[in-house]
Formats: sequence, structure tokens, C-alpha cells
Amino acid sequence: MKIRYLTLALASTLAFSLPAFADTVEVLHWWTSGGEAKSAAELKKMVEAKGHTWKDFAVAGGGGDNAMTVLKTRVVSGNPPLAAQVKGPAIQEWAAEGVLANLDDIAKTEKWDTLLPPVVANVMKYQGHYVAVPVNVHRVNWMWVNPEVLKKSGVKEAPKTWAEFDAIATKIEKAGFIAVAHGGQPWQDNTVFESVALGVGGPEYYDKAFVKLDPAAISSPTTLKAFDTLRMVRKHMDKDMSGRDWNLATAMIINGKAAMQFMGDWAKGEFTAAGKVPGKDYLCLAAPGTAKSFTFNIDSFIVFKQKNQDSKATNDFASAVLSDSFQEVFNQNKGSIPVRLGHDMSKFDACAQKSAADFVATNKSGGLVPSFAHQMAQPSAAQGAIQDVVSSFMNSDMSSKDAVAKLLEASKKR
Amino acid sequence: MTVNSFSFSRFVDVTLPKVVIAPTALACLVGFYGFIGWTAWLSFTNSHMLPHYEWAGFVQYVELFGNDRWWQAMWNLGVFGSLFILICLALGLFTAVLLDQKIRAEGALRTIYLYPMALSFIVTGTAWKWILNPGLGIEKLLHDWGFTGATFDWIINPHYAIYTVVIAGVWQSTGFVMALFLAGLRGIDDSIIKAAQIDGASLPVIYTRIIIPSLRPVFLSVFMILAHIAVKSFDLVMALTGGGPGFATDLPSIFMYQHGFTRGQLGLGAASAMMMLFTAAAVVMPFLYSELMRDRRG
Amino acid sequence: MADSYRQTTQAKLARMGIYAMLFLLALWFLAPLYVMLTTSFKSLDDIRSGNLLSLPQSFSLDAWKTAWDSACTGVECGGMKSYFGNSLKMMIPAVLISTLLGSLNGYVLSMWRFKGSDAFFMALLIGTFLPFQVVILPMAQVLGMLGLENSTGRLVLVHVIYGLQFTTLFFRNYYVTVPSDLVKAARIDGAGFFLFFFKILLPISIPTIMVCLIWQTTQIWNDFLFGVVFSSGDGQPITVALNNLVNTSTGVKQYNVDMAAAIIAALPTLLVYIVGGKFFVRGLTAGAVKG
Repeated sequence: MKIRYLTLALASTLAFSLPAFADTVEVLHWWTSGGEAKSAAELKKMVEAKGHTWKDFAVAGGGGDNAMTVLKTRVVSGNPPLAAQVKGPAIQEWAAEGVLANLDDIAKTEKWDTLLPPVVANVMKYQGHYVAVPVNVHRVNWMWVNPEVLKKSGVKEAPKTWAEFDAIATKIEKAGFIAVAHGGQPWQDNTVFESVALGVGGPEYYDKAFVKLDPAAISSPTTLKAFDTLRMVRKHMDKDMSGRDWNLATAMIINGKAAMQFMGDWAKGEFTAAGKVPGKDYLCLAAPGTAKSFTFNIDSFIVFKQKNQDSKATNDFASAVLSDSFQEVFNQNKGSIPVRLGHDMSKFDACAQKSAADFVATNKSGGLVPSFAHQMAQPSAAQGAIQDVVSSFMNSDMSSKDAVAKLLEASKKR
Repeated sequence: MTVNSFSFSRFVDVTLPKVVIAPTALACLVGFYGFIGWTAWLSFTNSHMLPHYEWAGFVQYVELFGNDRWWQAMWNLGVFGSLFILICLALGLFTAVLLDQKIRAEGALRTIYLYPMALSFIVTGTAWKWILNPGLGIEKLLHDWGFTGATFDWIINPHYAIYTVVIAGVWQSTGFVMALFLAGLRGIDDSIIKAAQIDGASLPVIYTRIIIPSLRPVFLSVFMILAHIAVKSFDLVMALTGGGPGFATDLPSIFMYQHGFTRGQLGLGAASAMMMLFTAAAVVMPFLYSELMRDRRG
Repeated sequence: MADSYRQTTQAKLARMGIYAMLFLLALWFLAPLYVMLTTSFKSLDDIRSGNLLSLPQSFSLDAWKTAWDSACTGVECGGMKSYFGNSLKMMIPAVLISTLLGSLNGYVLSMWRFKGSDAFFMALLIGTFLPFQVVILPMAQVLGMLGLENSTGRLVLVHVIYGLQFTTLFFRNYYVTVPSDLVKAARIDGAGFFLFFFKILLPISIPTIMVCLIWQTTQIWNDFLFGVVFSSGDGQPITVALNNLVNTSTGVKQYNVDMAAAIIAALPTLLVYIVGGKFFVRGLTAGAVKG
């Protein structure tokens, strides 16, 4: 008798505790700095408004390196979080492991296919099914310029092509400034190389060589020229750049020590924090030769199959991420632009408005390409190997010819 | 069934010690050797994102041995490991001997030397990065003081960056080595030293001829501890240089972590982990063996 | 006369040299701490414009306050204060269990040797060379199989397993020095396995116990890798919080807050070394007589 009561009692507590557990939305992300954290808190509010419990799971460091390690262990131990911040081809790699949930239902009701540009939607899909939800669009091929420094150096206009870059940078250096502010970390090296390659070869070449990893395009003279140009740009960087964080490089622009920096639009946060106004104190221009192109870096969440809960919480989460109000708040904080086409940009600053206009324009013209420096274009093994090549090129006297050969080798890694 | 006293004491003598050891043995069996076995198996597979267990032969080892970055990392470990161990040993012993001269503020000094042990490199890495950065730290300081010709740019120079890792590593571990040697010095019988002094031996002679040789066992434990720190060094390099400039300070542990976890080349990561283990075992086994043999004799 | 005079000046010079060297070493050891401390008291502008070693232009405690209770470590922006508890909750049991097990192991491996006990000890020591990055994934699988989902429980288990080699080593090296006559006498007196251990051996092991406590406390408190991998959400230890606070992906870096947070996270272990440093050397001495 007693035992039966006990099992009954146990069963009933289990029955009660299960639904409560089912509503937990655990999200692995690495938005931990002030502005980002506040905008992520917005997401938490929206999810909670739908009756779920938010379980925050923040792991910062190395642009998500630590978070990836944690994610792998969670999946291996059999209890993945509901969603995790993963982007680019890694989405497909995870989906191929068969651990992701399917978002097709919510995508259909909310018409994601018309809401998102096809280039973006494709990244979110695995074999035609939505397995991830995009958060924002960063533009990577920006050049941040201090107009004051240009003026003092007697330079009328920032360089528009890589060909004129060398002369202008030399002029700036003669005036006693650093031409290019840079941080010597592999991902930053790669960010510069990406803009150089795009400017030298154009979007079509870029797509063939760095997205499709076509051996013929990689071993073409264009790649050789890209490395030559990178070597030239490298000469205009200061000698203390090694290991420098990107925001310290940005500070050099802000303080008027340096003239130009190649960095994605998150750099805007630093300018804003220092009380600088776009167009007046600093300029946001496309990197030389890339005015008609747009390298995108899209943050997104993949969603995992859950053991003890149905898809309601997952769908509610995805819907909240793509909602107008979240996109508005989040992207203003982060410096990026909303991923929804036709979002009202009136409250955004000049740089973001320009970015949004270019996003739409390049989407039509074919100049919209994924950023490989930010894991949007290549399988992770090849991406890492290519980053290794670019980084060693920047930090040694490797010849451009050797670099092309090594790049070809690296692009074959899977 | 009766338990007679004979079999009970036999139980105590033979079984109880083993029962007590059992949890540790289990932890060791699973947590070390089981996991090493698992890693070994993975190194023979084509695992990418997540572990898969289909046999694929030696592909990962072939890939590993053809990888420049891996050899650079191994070379770096060799340079870093030997310098780190040597300097820590020398400086630790030197500091211990100095501190053993009936120093007035010994307690305070000892604490100062020991405190880096208490901090993880997540904490001190940034400070070190700044100090070594020529634009921010020592070099700028020297320039500000008027030595405009002075350069100290090792951290940004691919040929010298590894030495900055040695500097920071030595900074962190010397205190502990000092403590071990100090303990060794304190454990030496005073009467031997007094006898030598009466015989007219000078202090340096007493140290080099009598005291330091008698610290042999301490040397061995210190070597073991330093070797294990060197092989496992990870936070240190990540915080200080991130493996750069280029791959000038890359270490096998970083190589393994990045390939295994970030880049989705789990099989390659496993293969590199196995190579690390073999290397460590090859260096350390002889020392361990000799120490255990000595124990048995002693 | 002159000779002895020369000797005393020489001795004096030598002592001055010793003190000078000790002082220089102390400066070197203190430099990073100095940088961290002064930076934590500076304002951001002060940091951007100033010299690394310069003193703060205006002394401010703002960074410390932010680091303690309002810096963001995720969606929550409650600073470091709430993470102390998490670290303590896993550290205390992990340190105690690994110390107790280590002392029992050391006891068996030194005084109750059996066939294969030396081989076992050696196997255990070689295990120390296993890089922890290797064990993450298989460990996750084992923990998943065990169904252990609680952050604290997972971390205690993992830290005990990977701390045992050190505690065992410390105790074994100490117990080897205990005269074997003592063991024999105790056995003749009929003191059993545990009676001898708890009544006689443990009380004389205080110095080694101190070494173990200090060592394990700093190792476990400072651990990041296991902490980040085997904890989730609200159970994260303080090193993970520190990492989240210091590492921003695309946000503005507040170096003064970073430094203050780093010092806050390190305070407990610093305290342990400042207060317990004496016992540390003393404990090592006790074990190192034999070496």
C-alpha cells in the first residue's frame, strides 16, 4: 500500500514538474559586453512574456571559440541548450549531425521566405529546411577614417582604390601619423585580407575563390595581386600592432594617432562610446574598390531538438528573434542592421542607413558576398587553415607566390 | 559462517588497502586511461564536428605530420619547455638560497614571491600583455624616461615572442619552485653544515658541494611539476599572445584545442593529443622510473 | 684587527647585495599586480591617454563598484558578486574530498603496499601529464550517462578526479618519511587500519594537509576550462563570470572594470596565500625531509 502511494506521489510530482521544465528556453550566446547584453536582455523579456523561463547561458571569449567547446560537450552529454549562437556553414555542419530542430512551421506562418533576402535564407537552411534563425547583418568591408588626420596630412580624399592607397598612406606617414591602425590577431589579419581581395578582384572573383573555393580562381594571378596588395598595406601598419585588440586600434583613429582602420561595423560602438559623430568626427567608407560590394556577417541561432518539450518554446523563441521590435532595439545597440527586408531605418544613424541601402542594392546587383574572415563562407576546417596562411603571411616575409600555393593547399581542407 | 581472527586480519592486511584505493583506481582507470583510449580511437577516425567511431586508419596522423603549424608548435614547446624549466630551477634555487640567509622580512618576501601561484592567467594575462607591448609598456616607459633608443619589442617579433611567454611563465612558477627548495634547505641537518664550517669551508663551497647535491630529490619533484606545467601550458599563451604573432608562440595544446573544438577537426585534434602524450611520456618516464626505484631501495 | 674589520665590511656588503637582489626580484614579481591595481583606479580616458605605469590622475573606485555589482556577465548585469557562492559551493566539497581520499591513498601506498601498488602510483603520476582539453568530450559523455545534470555536482566530481594525483603524491611523499617502527608498534598494539590512520597518522599530517588544502583551493578556484564546460547558466563559477566580463566580442572594453573584476576574482586565493603561505613552506618542509 505504502509503496503504491509513494509511487503515485512520485509520478504526480514528475507529471507536474515536466511541463515546467518543458518551458525553459536555454540560450547559449556570447553577448556579454554592455550594449550587447542589454539588447539580449530585450530578447529575454519577449520570451518570458510568452510564458517561458529564460535560462541564460553566456560563454564569452575568442569570438565564440569557448562557446563552441561548451556547445560540443553539451551535445555529446545529451542535453543541448534550446538555441545556440552559431553562424555560417557551421549551421549546415551541425545540421548534418542530425541534432537540430526544424523551424519550417514558424517560417511558413511568418513568411520568412519573403521576409529574408534569399542569400540570408540559404545560410539558415539545411536541405531546404530552416534550422536557424538570423539576428542581424554586419557589414565587414568598412574603412573607418579620421578626416582630421587626412586634412593635416594634406590628403583631400580617402583612397577609393587600392592603387591610390599606397601614395595616400605614404603621404599620411610623412605627416607623422600612422596610416593604418590594425590589431595583429589572426581574425583581424583575415578581415583586412578579405577586403583587399574583394577590392582587387571584385565580387565575382571573390565568390569563386573564397566561397566556392575553386582551385583555378585561387591559383589565378588575381590572388597573387591580392597578396601583393596585402603586403603593401602591411607596410603601412605600425610595428606595435601584434596582438592588439581591435578596439585599441579603433581608439587610435579616435585619438587622431592613425588615419584608417579596416573593421566591421561593430567598430561604430567605440566611436559612439567616445561621443563621436559619424560624418563629422569619423567617416564610414567602403574599403577601397569595394563600394559596390557588401561582405556580410550574420549572427544567427541554431535550435536543437529537445528531449522533453514540444516545439512551442522553440518557435516562440525564433519568432521573437525575428520580430520587428527586437530587430530595431538590438541592431541599434550592436551597430548592425536588421535582417528583415524593408525595415524602417529612420531611427538608425547615417552609417547604418548607408549599410542598409547598400545591402538592398548589392542584393540585386550580385555584390552581396559572405565574409570568410567571419566564418560565413567556408567549412570550418578550410576557414581555419586559410586564416593560418594569411596570418603567417602577415607576420613573416613569405612571398606572395608561396602564399598562393599555401592558400590552395589550405582551401582543400575539410 | 564464522569469522575467525586469522582471516579477519588477513582481510585487513590484504583487502582493505585495496578497497581504500579502489575509488581512485576506478577514477584513474576511467578518467585517465579510459579517456586516453577513447582519444586514441578517435585519432583513427574521420570525426569532424562530433565523435564518430568508424575506423579510418592513419589519415589524421598523415595530415598532422604534414602540417607546418604542428611542427612549429612542437618546436615552440621544446624551446619554451626547456628554457622555462631551466630558468625556473635556477632562479627558484637562487631565491631560496638568498632567502635562507636569515633575512629580516622573510615572511613578506616569501609571500610576494609566492602570490603569482595564486592567480590564474585569465587574471594576469592582460597586465603582462600591456607590460610587454612596446607601445604601452616597458619600451614606452624607457622612451618616456629619455632612453629613446631602447627597444623591447620581443612580444611582436616572431623570432623572440616565445621568450616573452617564458618570462611570464617563469614569473608565475618561480615562487612555487622557491618554496619547494626552501623547504628542502630547511630540512637539511644543520650539524653537517656546522661541521663543514669548522673545517674552514666557505659558504659558497658549502652550498655547491654539500647542500645543493643533497637536494637531489627536490630537484626531481620540481622537474616533474615544471614539466607538467610546461606541457599543459594553455591559458598562459592564450592570454599573452594567442599563439601569435603568426604562429610564433603556438603550442601543441592550443593546436589541439583549436582543431578539436573550434575548427571541427576532432580526429586531427585527437591525433595531436596522442602525440603530445607520447612526447610527455618519453621525456618524463625515465625520471619517474628512477625516482620510484630509488624509493624502493631507500 | 684590520683583517676582522675587512671581514665584517665584506659580510656587510654581501648582505646588502643579498637584500638588493631580493628587493629587485620582489619588484619584478609585483609589477603586474601594480599595473592591475593602478589601472583599476583610473578612469577610461586616463587609461587611453596615459602611461601604463603612471599613477591614476584622479583616484576613483567606480570601476570596482561596477565590477562588483553592475557589470554584465550575460543577459544579467549583476557583476561578480553572485558568482562567489557558486565557486565556494563546488570548491569546498571538492577540496575536502580530494584531500581525504589523497591522504588515504598516500597511507596505503606508503604503509600498506601490495603487489602492483608502485605500478599503480606510477600510472597515477603519468596521468598528470594528460592535457585537460583531452578529457572534456569523453567526460561529458560519462557525465551524460551518469545523468548528473547539476553544475555543482559535476564540477565536484571532475575536480576530485583530476586533483587526486596531486593530493596522493603529497601525502605519499610525506608518509614515506614516517618511521616504519611507528607502524610496526601500532600493529603489534592491535591498532587497526583505520584506527591507526585517524588516531595516529592524521594528527601528525597537519602540515601536509595544509599544503593540500592550499594547492587544491587555488587549482580549483582558478580553474576555467572545467568550469566553463561542465557548468550551465546560473551555476557558473567565478572564473567563467570573469571571462564573460573581460571578453567582449564586439563591444566596448572597459579595462579598469576588467582589472578590478580580475582582482576581485583572485582575492580569495590571494588571501589563502598571504595567510597560509607560512604553512605552505612548513608543510613542504615536513614532506621534503626525505624528498
